[in-house]
Amino acid sequence: MERRTIFGHRLLPVALVAPQFLLTLVFFLWPACEAVWTSLTRQDPFGLHSQFAGFDNFVELFTDSLYRDSIGRTVFFMIAVSALSMSSALLLAVFADREIRGRMTYRTLLIWPYAIAPAMAAVLWILLLQPRIGLIGVLLNRHGVSWDYHLNDRQAMLVVVLACAWKQVSYNFIFFLAGLQSVPRSVLEAARMDGARGWHRFRTITFPLLAPTTFFLIVVNLVYAAFDTFGTIQALTQGGPGKATETLMVKVYRDGVVNLDIGSSSAQSVVLMIGVIALTALQFRFLGRGGRRESAA
Amino acid sequence: MNPRRDPVTHVVLLFGAVLFVAPLWLALVGSTQDPAAIARGDLSLLPGHEGFSAYARVLAGPVPRMLLISLGMALAIAIGKIVISVLSAYAVVFFRFPGRKLAFWLIFITLMLPVEVRIIPTYSVMAGLGLINTFTGLWLPLIASATATLLFRQVFVAIPDELVEAARMDGAGPLRFLWDVVLPVSAANIAALFVILFIYGWNQYLWPLLVATNPKLDTIVIGIVKMVAVETETDWSAVMATAILALLPPVVVVLLMQRWFVAGLTESEK
Amino acid sequence: MAMLELIGLRKNFGTTEVLRQIDLSLASGEMLVIVGASGCGKSTLLRIVAGLETPSAGRILLEERDITSVDPSARDIAMVFQNYALYPHMTVFENMAYGLRIRGLSREDIAHRVDETAALLGLSEFLGRKPRQLSGGQRQRVAMGRAIVREPRLFLFDEPLSNLDATLRVRTRAEIRRLQRRLGVTSLYVTHDQVEAMTLGDRLLVLHQGRPAQLATPMEVFEHPADTYVAGFIGAPAMNFLPATLIEAGTAAKLEAGPLVHFIDGKRDGSDGKTLTIGVRPEHIRIDPEGVPLRIDLIEPLGSETLIHGRLAAPGETPLVIRLAGKAPEGDILTVAFPPEQMHVFDAATGRRLP
Repeated sequence: MERRTIFGHRLLPVALVAPQFLLTLVFFLWPACEAVWTSLTRQDPFGLHSQFAGFDNFVELFTDSLYRDSIGRTVFFMIAVSALSMSSALLLAVFADREIRGRMTYRTLLIWPYAIAPAMAAVLWILLLQPRIGLIGVLLNRHGVSWDYHLNDRQAMLVVVLACAWKQVSYNFIFFLAGLQSVPRSVLEAARMDGARGWHRFRTITFPLLAPTTFFLIVVNLVYAAFDTFGTIQALTQGGPGKATETLMVKVYRDGVVNLDIGSSSAQSVVLMIGVIALTALQFRFLGRGGRRESAA
Repeated sequence: MNPRRDPVTHVVLLFGAVLFVAPLWLALVGSTQDPAAIARGDLSLLPGHEGFSAYARVLAGPVPRMLLISLGMALAIAIGKIVISVLSAYAVVFFRFPGRKLAFWLIFITLMLPVEVRIIPTYSVMAGLGLINTFTGLWLPLIASATATLLFRQVFVAIPDELVEAARMDGAGPLRFLWDVVLPVSAANIAALFVILFIYGWNQYLWPLLVATNPKLDTIVIGIVKMVAVETETDWSAVMATAILALLPPVVVVLLMQRWFVAGLTESEK
Repeated sequence: MAMLELIGLRKNFGTTEVLRQIDLSLASGEMLVIVGASGCGKSTLLRIVAGLETPSAGRILLEERDITSVDPSARDIAMVFQNYALYPHMTVFENMAYGLRIRGLSREDIAHRVDETAALLGLSEFLGRKPRQLSGGQRQRVAMGRAIVREPRLFLFDEPLSNLDATLRVRTRAEIRRLQRRLGVTSLYVTHDQVEAMTLGDRLLVLHQGRPAQLATPMEVFEHPADTYVAGFIGAPAMNFLPATLIEAGTAAKLEAGPLVHFIDGKRDGSDGKTLTIGVRPEHIRIDPEGVPLRIDLIEPLGSETLIHGRLAAPGETPLVIRLAGKAPEGDILTVAFPPEQMHVFDAATGRRLP
């Protein structure tokens, strides 16, 4: 949408966008280009010389079974976290949308975890699940369940998924609740007149009307699971045991910052960038219509 | 059935509430217990007898400085992002200038390239600018914000043309109009965004981990992860006290501004 | 002396001509109403005078000073906007004071002028309120107050009544007229509502597709519309148009529907056989046993009068609207006649009035 009335100045607007423009240029565009460039070059071990290597880094990356494993693990992790977090949030939102006593209190209790940092979520879950001090972890071990996510791959993945999904529930809850509240009452009343009840009404009326919200959240959750969970994983398992919880994000960090393999890490960065751009494009493609309708409500 | 007494609803919501409050409760009661007992696996669900001694211990160490660093970083990011986004959104909406489309697309790119995907190259840029291990390095690169710019653009576009015209006839220039009309009119959005961005800033982990290796620049989140990283000989009640202190500011901000922030969040992300 | 003069104003948006050649001169204290359908260019014209839009050609003189390229705020012109455009976060007082504050008036002067204006408009008790705490009518008055308090040379009104309900609109209309007379400020008033135009204007400018169709007093426009557009636009229900031919050496018209009517106000130019459009207002059509039969489609009783919609039974089946005092007559068919003294004669080819 274009405004009819604007101010006539020419230099002022340029000055106004300049800070944002410069920051984007210096901290976004330049590094992104450098990542692309570095990913196409090969450096000697001392980082003194580099030469153009085409797609060698990428070929190497994708022929590396460790990397392919990491992709599979990440995809599984993203889907598990998103599905768990969104389904719990939707369930809670549906109930919190009902006319019950104390619903504002319930809402507050479900919204506050938005404030928790991903890394802090890990700390709180350690208090529950850590095998020697965690409330539940200790109980499990005392009752004959051999529980230690520092040693057991599956347990590690479970803990990481739980903590990451848990942290994201409040965000999803806020959006689902807003989505539910924007479903017009008249539509629900009409459905009631038509005889749709309970689960059936939810499945045929409410859930389809939540589609834009749901789609938006799928994208956000996938991005969250791919990137923002770094702190949680780092604090809980550091990607271990072995590589059991090493997502692509953790791997980039390990390879780049810890192992200083710049070429491979840059190639990985580029792969991640393409992933984010694809997800964002998808979001805009599908949300252009749905999202706007919702914000108008 | 009276919906206000619907037992199923209460059970589900109570279960949810417990799921989210229990870990916090655990941290709270744990911070008052004997660290040795916790280390033995005797974490209790009831408050211990140590009172606030763990807090005293923690506050005597580097935690106050960490809280201060986190606070400074969160404020700088929130305020910086708001200022920068307001200015650029204002320029894009209220002016026609060469490169307007280009500027808009550049802002979009920032949306597509979160810090996480370009950590290594950004690090080398930061090193080139001498920003590694500086406080400025903690916040400056994070204040370019596409989400905030898009939100403000949406808010500004909704300001009626007639309001701009009335202001022009009243003799207000662009900066005066921004200050006298646009900012007050957008106050609720700014407040909501402040909450979101403050939490975003407070909760940063990867970025400070990367650009500040000097422990003097550790944020509280970094600090606590470092504390739990060594799981043997950990002073658990100190960890829990630190966790409570680290959670306090963002949680208070969210609770105090819940209404604004929820409305702002659901609007801004569209 | 002319207060405001527009000389050869034109405005193009790209290749679209929005205004073509507007020349206009307003006397001091005059209220000129610009009226036309939406898209006729009336708002653009107003915005050009305000300085919110620059003309593609032409000049604007305010008291003989060329203000064509002067900034809006420096023109000494105030404007009342259609949706009022009140600053939502400011009180009534602050809204009215804002322009004065920017002009650097002293605190006392501002307070004095705002108080005076508020008293004039009956807004004194609302000065501390925000716009959202006011009714539509009160907001409208604040918008007026904001213009009045500046004591401008020229008032611009951009459909200021269109957001009010019918009752309030009638009351505010009269209020605006009284106020404008009392303050004696030259005014340009834009509306699409012909009743507003008729009641408010000292003169009307009827705009049609960016061109001035007629510039005259309201009664002149009503009684002697310059063309079929103006004739159809001013007056409700709209004037009826009947196809006809000029005959008897320009002294009479032969209606396609049958009757032959002799002009009582003299002969018209043109050769016999020239096609005409005869305009008759609904209230001027008479029921006459000798007249032309009309098939009734619809009767709308309005209480003191009745509107009858129908079609002439004669060739062409011309639709016709009649306004009758009192109740509708019985039956499906009426016979109607067109009184020669109330006929408007237009050239069918150009639409222009034949004097």
